[in-house]
Amino acid sequence: MRTILYVIQKEFIQVKRNKTMLRMILMVPMMQMLILVFAATYDIKNLNIFVVDNDLSATSRKLVNTIDASPFFTISNSSFNPEEGEKELLRNKANMVLVIPSEFERNLIRQDKASVQLLINAIDGSAAQLGYSYAASVIRDFNKNIIADWKGLPEFKPPYQINTVSRFWYNTELEYKWYMAPGILAILVTLIGLFLSGMSLVKEKELGTIEQLNVTPIKKIQFIAGKLIPFIAIALFDLAFGLLIARLVFNLPIVGSLWLVFGLGVLYLVGILGLGLFISTVAHTQQQVMFVTYFFMMIFLLMGGIFTPVDSMPHWAQIVDEANPVYHFMRIMRMVVLKGSGFSDLIHEFTALCIIGSTFLVLAVWRYKKTT
Amino acid sequence: MINVQHISKSYKEIQAVSDISFEVKKGEIFGLIGPDGAGKTTLMRILMTLLIQDEGQATMGGFDVIKDYKKIRKMVGYMPGRFSLYQDLTVEENLNFFATVFQTTVEENYELIKDIYIQIEPFKKRLAGKLSGGMKQKLALSCALIHKPEILVLDEPTTGVDAVSRKEFWDMLKKLQAKGITILVSTPYMDEANLCNRVALMQKGKVLNIDTPQKLVENYTRKLYAIRANDMHQLIQDIRAYEKTDYAYAFGQYLHVTGNEDDVEATEFESYLIQKNHTKLEVFDIHPTIEDVFMDRMGEQ
Repeated sequence: MRTILYVIQKEFIQVKRNKTMLRMILMVPMMQMLILVFAATYDIKNLNIFVVDNDLSATSRKLVNTIDASPFFTISNSSFNPEEGEKELLRNKANMVLVIPSEFERNLIRQDKASVQLLINAIDGSAAQLGYSYAASVIRDFNKNIIADWKGLPEFKPPYQINTVSRFWYNTELEYKWYMAPGILAILVTLIGLFLSGMSLVKEKELGTIEQLNVTPIKKIQFIAGKLIPFIAIALFDLAFGLLIARLVFNLPIVGSLWLVFGLGVLYLVGILGLGLFISTVAHTQQQVMFVTYFFMMIFLLMGGIFTPVDSMPHWAQIVDEANPVYHFMRIMRMVVLKGSGFSDLIHEFTALCIIGSTFLVLAVWRYKKTT
Repeated sequence: MINVQHISKSYKEIQAVSDISFEVKKGEIFGLIGPDGAGKTTLMRILMTLLIQDEGQATMGGFDVIKDYKKIRKMVGYMPGRFSLYQDLTVEENLNFFATVFQTTVEENYELIKDIYIQIEPFKKRLAGKLSGGMKQKLALSCALIHKPEILVLDEPTTGVDAVSRKEFWDMLKKLQAKGITILVSTPYMDEANLCNRVALMQKGKVLNIDTPQKLVENYTRKLYAIRANDMHQLIQDIRAYEKTDYAYAFGQYLHVTGNEDDVEATEFESYLIQKNHTKLEVFDIHPTIEDVFMDRMGEQ
């Protein structure tokens, strides 16, 4: 026991003396929380719309005004030539082109129907879809009222109507930052844990200190524990630090129990650090560790559901994700922090993390040999 | 205390050590002498249980290096060739750390390291990475001794250390020997062989000879000449071209030369070289050193 304590103490002293590491531990949470959470937003505002109004009638102008009044759209420019609009799309000056043909108003009055054309830049698929549905709903509303207007009736109301009143639970204001913050925190903890643990063991190899340590009677488990515990503590400190920033800066509601967040955090970190240690038992240099760790980070993060919901991934990807610790921890973070889920709601994630964590840890202990 | 029987180890195609056997008695300083690549480090790592041999058996203090590796690690102190302490820990922290992992304390075994540690104690708050070469070596030795080992294994401890520190280091080893510690030391420096009780001359993974340094020299019965001339470069070429030369090599300011038969006399070399127009010629008999013995044995291989 005294040995473990001393190995831990040694590890802390080394971190304390390593200026770069110290800076990382303090700066990474601040940068991630203050920059990423704000920047990585999915809210779509200010779509630039280029208007080609060939009708220039009262109705067409009213339609244009309605669109302009919507918070989602800004009319960037207008022209009578649809080709101008296409050029703007190519130059990325406009996200959308609205073409109103001449005869728009006349057709509407005579035939009771008229068409408009929407050209949408779909390079960013989800922005295009959202933009389209915003525009479509603006035009639909416009459409609904226009006939009533002419006929001098009050706003048109069909006799029977199913009214959908929706309420967004757990994040009533659809505050995107609240959705992102727990996810970014999960990334933060992963990053710190994986890199610190991976580096620390391979550094001993590079400097040859492992050789001196291997001839001592220190037990594998003591050595691994001495490597795990300090970095779990540091990563938990960063988790707390990040949560504090989220709470203070964007008023993140922390609905669930912090004990649960940190308890499952420890479990999660055992797995992540186990993976880090495993990588560094296989690697020979810090550079190799960097590459391999980066590879895992990328896959874990992009599959983990930080930006794209895992539910909309292909079925096989969802199965693969069961082995992705980041996926489970990100769910835990969001569920506990935003929804206030309790332990019983998280049995699945808990079990998965237990299995993943013990696998990585066993691999690390098994692969760390004191003899070559 | 150390018993090595027919140890062989190869890395892929390279035969690092082949069929090495020797024995080290309790309280002896045993030297592994040989150039880089002779297999000294590989052999030591096998004995230190860091490497598993392909063939043969070895015991340290009666314990098998494979079966009883745990017991060996408790009773043996090891100083690798490369400085392997934590550079970002202080002198004191390093010592405490190794004391702790050996489940002892600095105080408990202070007596053993006192003579050595006292020299670096003024710098105990300094980071190990910031120490000079000689001080690093003393710290490494202190750390290797902290658990009061019965056997000390030192891999090229004096490589890259200045002459004064080297002498000091060997004085320390003598003192440790007086305390009953068995020492296995490797060195590429032939002059250090004389400081060992017995040495094994090693070359390309094989042991050429094992004996006391005195015996090794005594058993060298061939006539050896030191030769010097104005143009040393030309001299070595001419002497190697001479049909009566067995081998010749530079040794300080002289060439050491042996004839291919023992009855080749100094005068024969002299007259041959005068004939080759060498000036300021000196040719005289010398007593062999360990290095001459080594070169001779190497020539036989």
